[in-house]
Amino acid sequence: MSSTAINHTLEHSGHAHDEHAHHQSFLTKYIFSTDHKMIAKQFLITGIIMAVIGMFLSILFRIQLGWPDQSFPLLETFLGKWAEGGRIKPDFYLSLVTIHGTIMVFFVLTAGLSGTFSNLLIPLQLGARDMASPLVNMLSYWFFFTACVIMMGSFFTETGPASAGWTIYPPLSALPKAISGSGIGMTLWLISMVFFIASSLMGALNYISTILNMRTKGMDLWKMPLTIWALFLTAILGTLSFPVLVAGVVLLIFDRSFGTSFYLSDLVVQGQILPQQGGSPILFQHLFWFLGHPEVYIVIMPALGITSEVIATNSRKPIFGYHAMVYSLIGITVLSFIVWGHHMFVTGMSPFLGGVFMITTLIIAVPSAVKTFNYLATLWRGNIRFTPAMLFAIGLVSFFISGGLTGIFLGNAALDINLHDTYFVVAHFHLVMGSAAICGMLSGVYHWFPKMFGRMMDEKLGYLHFWFTFIGAYLVFFPMHFMGLDGVPRRYYAFTEFEFMKEWLTVNTFISWAAIISALGQVAFLWNFFHSIFYGKRATQNPWQSNTLEWTTPVEHLHGNWPGEIPTVYRWPYDYSKPGSPVDFIPQTIPFSETMSSNFSHDFEGNPEAERIQLEWQKNDEAERLAEDKV
Amino acid sequence: MLYMTKIPLEQEIQSLKPKKFLMWLFIITSCMLFAALTSAYIVYTGGNPTRGIKVQLPVAFLYSSCLIIISSLTMHYAFKATKELQFAKQRLFLALTILLGFAFFASQWIAWTVLFESGAPFVNSNASESFIYVFSAFHILHIFAGIGMMVYTFIKQNKGIPQYRNMFNMELTSLFWHFLDILWIYLYVFLLLNQ
Ligand code: HEM
Ligand SMILES: [Cu+2]
Repeated sequence: MSSTAINHTLEHSGHAHDEHAHHQSFLTKYIFSTDHKMIAKQFLITGIIMAVIGMFLSILFRIQLGWPDQSFPLLETFLGKWAEGGRIKPDFYLSLVTIHGTIMVFFVLTAGLSGTFSNLLIPLQLGARDMASPLVNMLSYWFFFTACVIMMGSFFTETGPASAGWTIYPPLSALPKAISGSGIGMTLWLISMVFFIASSLMGALNYISTILNMRTKGMDLWKMPLTIWALFLTAILGTLSFPVLVAGVVLLIFDRSFGTSFYLSDLVVQGQILPQQGGSPILFQHLFWFLGHPEVYIVIMPALGITSEVIATNSRKPIFGYHAMVYSLIGITVLSFIVWGHHMFVTGMSPFLGGVFMITTLIIAVPSAVKTFNYLATLWRGNIRFTPAMLFAIGLVSFFISGGLTGIFLGNAALDINLHDTYFVVAHFHLVMGSAAICGMLSGVYHWFPKMFGRMMDEKLGYLHFWFTFIGAYLVFFPMHFMGLDGVPRRYYAFTEFEFMKEWLTVNTFISWAAIISALGQVAFLWNFFHSIFYGKRATQNPWQSNTLEWTTPVEHLHGNWPGEIPTVYRWPYDYSKPGSPVDFIPQTIPFSETMSSNFSHDFEGNPEAERIQLEWQKNDEAERLAEDKV
Repeated sequence: MLYMTKIPLEQEIQSLKPKKFLMWLFIITSCMLFAALTSAYIVYTGGNPTRGIKVQLPVAFLYSSCLIIISSLTMHYAFKATKELQFAKQRLFLALTILLGFAFFASQWIAWTVLFESGAPFVNSNASESFIYVFSAFHILHIFAGIGMMVYTFIKQNKGIPQYRNMFNMELTSLFWHFLDILWIYLYVFLLLNQ
């Protein structure tokens, strides 16, 4: 009895865990791990692999767009019948675009980003031993992994992967006969997505429960780092919006496999009239975009949270407008549920409804702008340390501005008639979502690499990587605005057939070159990342001199995170360069009683006793100084 | 020694609270799923006279409602018995609830056949009527999950796990089951209003 009791104590208090660790086999430590830090690494590495695949697919279709009339025999060697004669087939081109979008939006920027940083940072920055349910957390990763495998598996089918775009609008996606990708490829896409949604939901529920229930002593909501706020609200968005996608996807599965007609009506395929009548394809768009718009914020909010942390730390300044940052995130969360119609302005929706969605869309630009200005104000006159993480954080701000501005144009129901489904939209979301969120993610990787792997990444390679990525992304996406304004539609296989689009061929070639070069730039990152895991310089405990709790844990990972008691938190996380303080950062674990020289009375709002003590100390201090002056 | 056993127990009980919270969150996701489905129904039907439910709802749905309300009662008794440490009674009422769960499934099945025969099949050019099956099927999936939880609680109790664990299992199970009850009533009323 007593021995089991002792064992229990060991298991749960985090003491003496070395002993415990010996019992872990390779399988439970690296594969079916329930430790949040390991799961974070699993998400990250899977996400990176998916990102490389997604990028590779984009290079393939960029080759088609840049040199539409040229044959590349190498392509045939690799792709076989999908690139007969060295030219990518139209159907396969659409598959490439579709799977590229799906991988990037869901697998990299949702699972890879939220999965990595929620798992890593929520327990570490809040002072918890692990997640609410480590088991569900592990399942979340393995569902994600399964989803990845199924999605990639669709490349090995006879008819190829799904090809109706990442938004899989019916009827194209619903009719196997409509396009070859809508056969088994689409079925696999849907199955993969079901796994993915289950994974996301399990993750999100865990994050929310952990944040609300498992914070250490003193960590009230208003002392949480902005990363946690962002990850928290992201999880809420996911919880509320992914179930809606389930509804949309399941109805689509019924239409595809059971012959119902939720979305299908009046269809003639290859001269044959289809039996389905009375469905509404617009219904799918409503269901999809009710998820789809929150989804874009699911992608960007963790990146914004990471940026807040990195910019404050590396400007050695408190984040400007902490409360405004939180309220903006909340505002974005709420508003993102009532703007989905801006993706559907041209579906024949009533102009009145279009007007409503236009107004809500323009309103959501306000909290986004607040965040941008706060980043700039934080940078303003900071003691900036240009670490690679900081450069990528600044990169995010840049992309968020240049991509966000075009959102205002698109949000205009009248302008959107011209701009919808053109390259202007492609430019908009690749800057504001693609580039900005990737920058945020990379910033997080560079910043927390020492925490994850106990080693540092190489800075020089980091700078090289940044400039290739930053300049490359602008060279790739900026010209697309002009193509869009000229009316060049997205998702077209080749522009050589249309007189007015022919002049854009040189631009397309230029973009393809830029894409290839910036893709090569990513090799610097891949090398740096994987090499540093094993051979990087050993990290110190707090390499960036940061305030948050994760840097109080030992460099060597422990199950349970802190060897002894979990530290208590006394202050907010942004006490950088506080006037009166002899050091330029004061970690959250330092009580005010140890920093009498830098306390302000507003540090003690609502606590008159503390305020009195502080005033007394200040009086004494002044008296002492006067006495010293006299001597 | 007393001290040693107290700490882990307290910690473990502490760690159950966030887990129970997970169940609440799951219920929220379920709510969103059904909100989405019923909103989809409204968007689809949207005042179009050729759409909407054109048949009488089967009486079996009424039986379903009665069954699930009764099962909520038995679940409540099982919960009360657990709190009062009357384990035989807990098992009895759990078993009853499980049976009622299956009876609920049977009544839904009957409702589907009746619907089919009265000219509102699942494959239907008036998808409003297909939605009835979708609502009911999604709910039944939840019912199966609920039955699974009850069986789990039952078996674990039989194996003599500590009472705080047993109580935790009961709390989750009953929370979920009562939710399924309310959910069905919502769906039923929704269908009645749209008949
Ligand atoms: C300043 C606020 C923003 C406004 C007003 C805005 C507005 C719009 C509008 C109106 C569209 C639809 C264009 C069309 O299809 O015709 C659109 C598309 C899109 N936006 Fe934004 N947006 C904003 C910010 C963002 C952010 C922050 C993200 C992601 C992080 C984002 C991601 C997307 C994506 C992915 C699409 C295209 C989806 C597709 O059709 O494939 N937007 N945006
Ligand atoms: Cu949107």
